Amino acid sequence: MSVIFILILISMVVGGSFLGLFIWASRSGQFDDTVTPSIRMLFDDQKRRRQNEKLK
Amino acid sequence: MREGLSGPSIYLAIRLMYIESDEKVAIQCYHCGDPCENELIRFDAKDFCCGGCKAVYELFQETELKEIYDRRNEFAKRSNQFDFLSNATIADELLYFKSETHNRVKLYLPSIHCSSCIYLLENLHRLDDGVIKVTVNFVKKKADILYKPDRLSLHDLANLLGSIGYAPNFTRADGAKKDRSEGDGGLSIKLGVAAFCFGNIMLLSFPEYLGFDSQLDEKYGVFFSWLNIILALPVLLYSSIDYFKSAIAGLSRRFVNIDVPIVVGIITLFLRSVYEVLSEAGPGYFDSLAGLVFFLLVGKWFQSKTYQNLSFERDYKSYFPLAILKRQGIEEISTPIDLLEKDDTVIIRNGEIIPADGILSSGTAKIDYSFVTGESRPVHVNADQVIYAGGRQLGQRIELKLLKKSSQSYLTNLWNSQAFKEESDGHTKLLVNQISKYFTGVVLTTAILSFTFWAFHDSTMMWQSFTAVLIVACPCALALSAPFTNGNVLRWLGKANLYLKGSDVVERLSIIDTVVFDKTGTLTSSAESRLNYSGYDLSHIECAVVKKMTSNSTHPLSQKIHDSIAADISVELHDFVERPGKGLFAKYGTTSFKLGSAKWVGNDNVDSANQDGVYLSADGKVKGVYRFQNAYRDGLSQLTKKLGAYKMVILSGDNDRERENLTGIFGDKVEMKFNQSPEDKMNYIAELKNEGKSVMMLGDGLNDAGALKRSDIGLAVTEDIAAFSPACDGILLGSKLTYLSRFLRYLNIARNIVVASFIISFAYNIVGISLAVSGALTPVSAAILMPLSSISVVLFATLSSNYFAKTLNIV
Repeated sequence: MSVIFILILISMVVGGSFLGLFIWASRSGQFDDTVTPSIRMLFDDQKRRRQNEKLK
Repeated sequence: MREGLSGPSIYLAIRLMYIESDEKVAIQCYHCGDPCENELIRFDAKDFCCGGCKAVYELFQETELKEIYDRRNEFAKRSNQFDFLSNATIADELLYFKSETHNRVKLYLPSIHCSSCIYLLENLHRLDDGVIKVTVNFVKKKADILYKPDRLSLHDLANLLGSIGYAPNFTRADGAKKDRSEGDGGLSIKLGVAAFCFGNIMLLSFPEYLGFDSQLDEKYGVFFSWLNIILALPVLLYSSIDYFKSAIAGLSRRFVNIDVPIVVGIITLFLRSVYEVLSEAGPGYFDSLAGLVFFLLVGKWFQSKTYQNLSFERDYKSYFPLAILKRQGIEEISTPIDLLEKDDTVIIRNGEIIPADGILSSGTAKIDYSFVTGESRPVHVNADQVIYAGGRQLGQRIELKLLKKSSQSYLTNLWNSQAFKEESDGHTKLLVNQISKYFTGVVLTTAILSFTFWAFHDSTMMWQSFTAVLIVACPCALALSAPFTNGNVLRWLGKANLYLKGSDVVERLSIIDTVVFDKTGTLTSSAESRLNYSGYDLSHIECAVVKKMTSNSTHPLSQKIHDSIAADISVELHDFVERPGKGLFAKYGTTSFKLGSAKWVGNDNVDSANQDGVYLSADGKVKGVYRFQNAYRDGLSQLTKKLGAYKMVILSGDNDRERENLTGIFGDKVEMKFNQSPEDKMNYIAELKNEGKSVMMLGDGLNDAGALKRSDIGLAVTEDIAAFSPACDGILLGSKLTYLSRFLRYLNIARNIVVASFIISFAYNIVGISLAVSGALTPVSAAILMPLSSISVVLFATLSSNYFAKTLNIV
C-alpha cells in the first residue's frame, strides 16, 4: 500500500504541470482576447474552401 | 452565416489594388475582383462572378458595410491627416517596441466593426510587404501591428490604414504610453492557484472526513497533513495577498474594512491548522482555508468582469489630437500639443479639434462644439473672435492665435480643479465596509468572551474555542453577497444599455436622492432636431421651389429642410447658385428666390440673438425663416412624475428662453438654473453635496465633466455608446433615459437583496459561532458550513436579482 505515497506525489506533479501550463497561458496573454480568435478561426475555413474550389 | 460569407468579400479591397495595375483582363467581379470566366451575373448595374458574391454584395447593401466599397477613394482627399507622424519624437512616443528591423505599435482603429475588418486587417501584409503581422483585438478595436521600419514608416502605415478605411485614431492619451500592462493583475492566475490547491487539499482531506481507523492509516494521515501544509502555502502567500494588502491599507487609514476580519480568519485558520498538524492533534482546517480563499477570489473575479470595450476614464487628453500644425515664419510644422505656447499661431484644418483657446486671425470659422456642450449646431465665428478649445472646425482651414496654453484653456482648466485630484472616498461608504466595523467588533468580543468562559471552566478548550470563533465567523458569505448581487445587477443594466463602471457603482447608485440633468444633449436629443417654419404662409409653388432648391445642395441644413417639405408638384428652376457659408439662389419664372443666412437674403435688421435659422426671400422680400429646435426626448414628463421622490435640478449652459418649455414638461417642482459655466455646474454639485445630498449627475459633453466627476454618480448620456464620453461612472444610451426611474427602482431592490444576503450569512454565522463557542467545531463541520453558506448566498443573490430584473422589465 505504500505505493500510494509515490502515486500521490506523481499525481501532484501531473496536476502541478497543468497548473503551470495554465499560468503560462495566462501570462502569455491567451485569455486577454477571447472574441477575436472565435471569429478568426472561421477565416481559415474560408481559405481552405477557396483552395478546394480551385483544385476542382 | 454573415461571418462565413463576408470573409472572401475582403478580397475585394486587396485584389482591387493589385488588379488596378494589371493590364486589361476579363470583366471583374465587383465583389471579389476575380475575372468572371464561367458565369456572369448582372445585378444592380454591377458584375458578379458567382451567386455567392452577389449575395454578399446584397448583404452589404443592407448594412453600413457597403462603405467599404466607397471608402477607398475618399481617403486620398485628406491624406495629410497624419502629417504629424513624420515628426520622429511624436512617432516614437507611440511605439511599443522599436528596433532596426522591427517596430511594434498598437493602434486604435474605431472603424473595426465586423469580421471582415479583422480579415482585411490581418491580411495587411499582402497589401504592403512592410507589414509583418497584424493582430486585431475585436472588442477593444485595437490592432497590434508589427512592421519593418526600413520599409514603412509609421506615417505610411497610418496612411495605408486610412486608405483602406481604417484610419487610426491617435489621441494624447496614447502618447503617454499608458495601458502597457493589460489583464486583470494576475487575478485569474491567483484564482487558478487557489483552485488547484483547494481541489487537492479536499482530496487529501477526504479520508479524514471518513475517519482513519487503523495504525497504517495514521501514517497516511501524517503524510497527507504535511502535503496539505505545502499546498496551503501558495494559497496563503500568493492567492490571498490582495486581501492582506487591502486590510493593511485600511488599518493604516484607521478604518476596519471587510478584509480585516477575512485576514484575521485566514491567519487563524493557518496557524491553528499548522499547530494541530505539528502537535498531531488533528488534520487541521486547510480545506476550509483554501476553500475560503477560492470562493472569495471567484467573487472578485465575477465582479471584475466589466465592460472592457468602454472607457470610463477619458479626460480631454484622450480626445485632443496629438499634434497640430504650427506656423513658424512661412513654414508649417507639426507640434505636439504640450509644446504649444501662448501667442503661437496654429493652423486648424477641416475636422480638426481646437487644442487651446485662441483668436481667429482671419476669415470665418464654423465650429462644432458638440463634444463640449452637446449642442450639435455649429457656431459661426468671425475674425478676431475667440474660439474655445474643444470645438471642431468644419470647413476650410483657419488660423488661430493662441491666447493660452492647452492645459490652461477655459475648458481644460476644469481638470486642474481639486475634484480631479482628490481620490474618491466612495469605498469606505460601501455597505459591506460599514457593516464590517461592527461585525469585526462583535466577532472579537465573542471570541474573547468564550476564551474567558473556557479559561474558568476547561483551560484545554480556551484556545480551541477562541480560534474556532475567529475561523467560523470569517465573513466569506458576507464578502460575497455584494459582489454577486451587484455584479449581476451590472450585467442586467448593461443589457438595458446602462453601462456602469464597476459593481461598487451599483451600490452607490442605489442611495442617491438628487438627480441633476444637463439640458442640451441630455434632455434633448442631438440626433433629432425639429424644424419649425415661421413667417408668411407659403403657397404650393413656393414650397415646391424650396424643395427643389434644397435638393441641389448637399448642406446638412438644406437636406433637413428638403426632407421636411412634402411637395407634390415639381418645378423647373434656373440660374441656381450655391454660395458656401451663405446660401442658395435660384429663379423660378421671373421671381428670384434666396434661401440662407439673414445677411444673404438681405435681412439686416434682425437682432443678433435671432440670427440663426435659414431665411427665405422672394424678390428681396423676406417670406419666413426655418429654425431648428432640439427636440426633447419623449416620455420626460412621465419620468418626472415617477422620480417624484427625488430632488431634481436642471443645469443648462444656455440662456433661459427654454424655461417655459421645460416647466411645461417637468412641472414647477424642478429647479432650473441657466447660464451655467462648466465651473458653475461643478460648484453647484459641490454645494448640493455639502447640504448632505447624494447627487447623481447626468450630462453629456466635456462641459459637464467637472460636474460628473464631482457628483457621487456621474452618468454620461450619449447617442452612441462607442462615441466619446467624458470621465464618468457609467454610460447611458440616450434613448433609455426615460427608463431611469425603473433603473433606480431596480437598484433599490438590489440594495435590499444585498441586505437580505447579509442576514442569511449572519444566520450561518450564528450557527457556526454557537458550535465554535461550545467547542464542538470539527474540521468536517467547518468544511461543510463554509462552502454551504457561500453557495447559498451566491445562489440567493443571483437568482433574486434575475427575478426582479425580469419582473421590472428593465430591459
